[in-house]
Amino acid sequence: MSTPVDLDPFARFRAVTRARIGLGRAGDSLPIRAVLDFQLAHARARDAVHGHVDFAAMAARIGEKQPVICLKSCAADRSIYLARPDLGRRVDPMALAGIETGDFDVAFVIADGLSAAAVEAHAEIVLSACLRRLGDVKVAPIVLGEQARVAFGDEVGEALGARLVVVLIGERPGLSVPDSLGAYLTFDPKVGRRDSERNCLSNIHADGLPHELAADKIVWLIRQALRLGLTGVDLKEEMGGPAALPADL
Amino acid sequence: MPSYAILLGRQRHVFEDLKAVMAAASPEKSGDRLAGIAADTNERRVAARYLLADIPLRTFLDEPLIPYEVDEVTRLIVDSHDTAAFSPVAHMTVGQFRDWLLSYECTTAQLSALAPGLTPEMVAAVSKIMRNHDLIVVAAKTSVVTGFRTTIGLKGRLSSRLQPNHPTDDPEGVAGSTLDGLTYGVGDAVIGINPAGDNLDACIRLMELFDRLRQRFDIPMQSCVLTHVTTSIKAVEAGAPLDLVFQSIAGTEAANRGFGVDLKVLEEGREAALSLKRGTVGDNVMYLETGQGSALSADAHHGVDEQTVEVRAYAVARHLKPLIVNTVVGFIGPEYLYDAKQIIRAGLEDHFCGKVLGVPMGVDVCYTNHAEADQDDMDNLMFLLASAGVNFLIAVPGADDVMLNYQSLSYHDIVSLRHSFGRPPAPEFEAWLYRMGLFDDEGRLAPQASSVARRLIDYRPDVRALA
Repeated sequence: MSTPVDLDPFARFRAVTRARIGLGRAGDSLPIRAVLDFQLAHARARDAVHGHVDFAAMAARIGEKQPVICLKSCAADRSIYLARPDLGRRVDPMALAGIETGDFDVAFVIADGLSAAAVEAHAEIVLSACLRRLGDVKVAPIVLGEQARVAFGDEVGEALGARLVVVLIGERPGLSVPDSLGAYLTFDPKVGRRDSERNCLSNIHADGLPHELAADKIVWLIRQALRLGLTGVDLKEEMGGPAALPADL
Repeated sequence: MPSYAILLGRQRHVFEDLKAVMAAASPEKSGDRLAGIAADTNERRVAARYLLADIPLRTFLDEPLIPYEVDEVTRLIVDSHDTAAFSPVAHMTVGQFRDWLLSYECTTAQLSALAPGLTPEMVAAVSKIMRNHDLIVVAAKTSVVTGFRTTIGLKGRLSSRLQPNHPTDDPEGVAGSTLDGLTYGVGDAVIGINPAGDNLDACIRLMELFDRLRQRFDIPMQSCVLTHVTTSIKAVEAGAPLDLVFQSIAGTEAANRGFGVDLKVLEEGREAALSLKRGTVGDNVMYLETGQGSALSADAHHGVDEQTVEVRAYAVARHLKPLIVNTVVGFIGPEYLYDAKQIIRAGLEDHFCGKVLGVPMGVDVCYTNHAEADQDDMDNLMFLLASAGVNFLIAVPGADDVMLNYQSLSYHDIVSLRHSFGRPPAPEFEAWLYRMGLFDDEGRLAPQASSVARRLIDYRPDVRALA
């Protein structure tokens, strides 16, 4: 049975908030529809956190156009990754030893982070859109990082000899958006870089920042960072407001 | 410092110092493992508990876990210790203290008188050898009552914070969540919003929004914009209608510095709010939040376990005579509290330790999407806390905070607990709910489609008039 809109006491608020207001009651409890809507949103968020990015397939697709390196962090599985952020920030030493240092302006890292769904849905599209805009810039082999956090890119960038690293990573899912991608830029990447030394673009998803606009902003930041020789609080993203750094990646 | 050792069967367990015993005795927490101080075997954890049970309470006065010289929170704890209040338990070990807390002789009045004589480290220590059962039944014996426009913490009452967060602080959006909550009788502890930013003008607009609502319906309530204490001080100077000053606090000087505060600025915040004299039934003017793991995340824990550092924050809280304090227990994430078992344990520990120290403790029963927890776990924790006599709980529309992207309790949950436990809201607020017709003769809620509820819901904040 549907409720006519004019009988919803909260109709006037629906356009200005996504909050779950005016849900009605079954006794003191939530009506079943509201219970299941919540469970669906939570299930999608959980699936995104515990989902698996098919990095092998991704490497095959990207590898048709440019070199790809697949790496793992020191976190052996998802439960270790969640409990030990320090391990997700470091590259598996065996794999790291095989990386050849080159002369690169920018390295791209695609990391699963906290949302496999975000990486599967958006990372390759945003990467290609960035590469199309980067003509003269020397780009390192694309690195795919499994069980990886933002700072994973610091060690990768350093090993590759890149002046700048861009990490495309799945953000922690909320109930309303399970597949939001973030982009973190760090100039002169090396182990121990602080979050205040990075720039971040977040909320790249269907209802947030569109892929092409995200690529515009990322490439603008790349060129500014290379020109000024820095990233972080001193580099303001002037194509739109800079986002705060979520501490949990 | 002396080391501690115990022989269990053929295995000798040695601990370097008191804080190593405390850390190893703690129930499993991912944050202590991350810090490298957790017991590495189950046996070693129990070994530490045997040792802890035999340590005299006095030891914690003689051996500060974080040196007096380097930490102002330690100095506050030591300098404000009330020796006379401590005397009834001064001869006890931690284990004897645990047994005494559970005994018939230990009454509400005795616990209240004892509180100034206890230090956070003593209370943290005893909590580590107490099961969840013990934490609940002893907490239920405590009473910490505070007041501003409502009286919070009275026996047989359950208060709530209405949390109408909105991603952009849109006044209509905030009003929608607020009015929804009021029709559930939620908000008697505080209507408290986490603003989207720390901008002073935006914070003042929110204060005015709530103050107009309060005056329009003559609601005995207090509001709070959860911005930095320095922003609240500026708001007071600008003449804003500020009820409560908010601040997140932690248990070490260095961690508080990470929040941009020290004891001095916290005291200044309290003085600023007191100067407005806006309270009617009491002058508790601060709202403080804490949570296990915050000091470790700021690398400011001095090798002390996350639960002990958390309890030290309650010494800071106690000093400031707050109206309400809550642990944001499941918000910090799985690297500090991995799953529902750890979150539930931490929630009960924080509530017990706060109340025994004389802090008006509430809990944000909550979790993030990367923690191993769901609504069933929150149901468990909220019923346990209601049994333990928690002062207040936090609620958001439909349990979904659309601004901070985590899940707390829903307005419905508060109503359900009140009915299940026969615990109405604060008396002043309850009287208002009856006056408004939102409660019927049996304290049951009016439907949202009813004319009494529509009177509230159809309220339109004059957005243009907000400064």
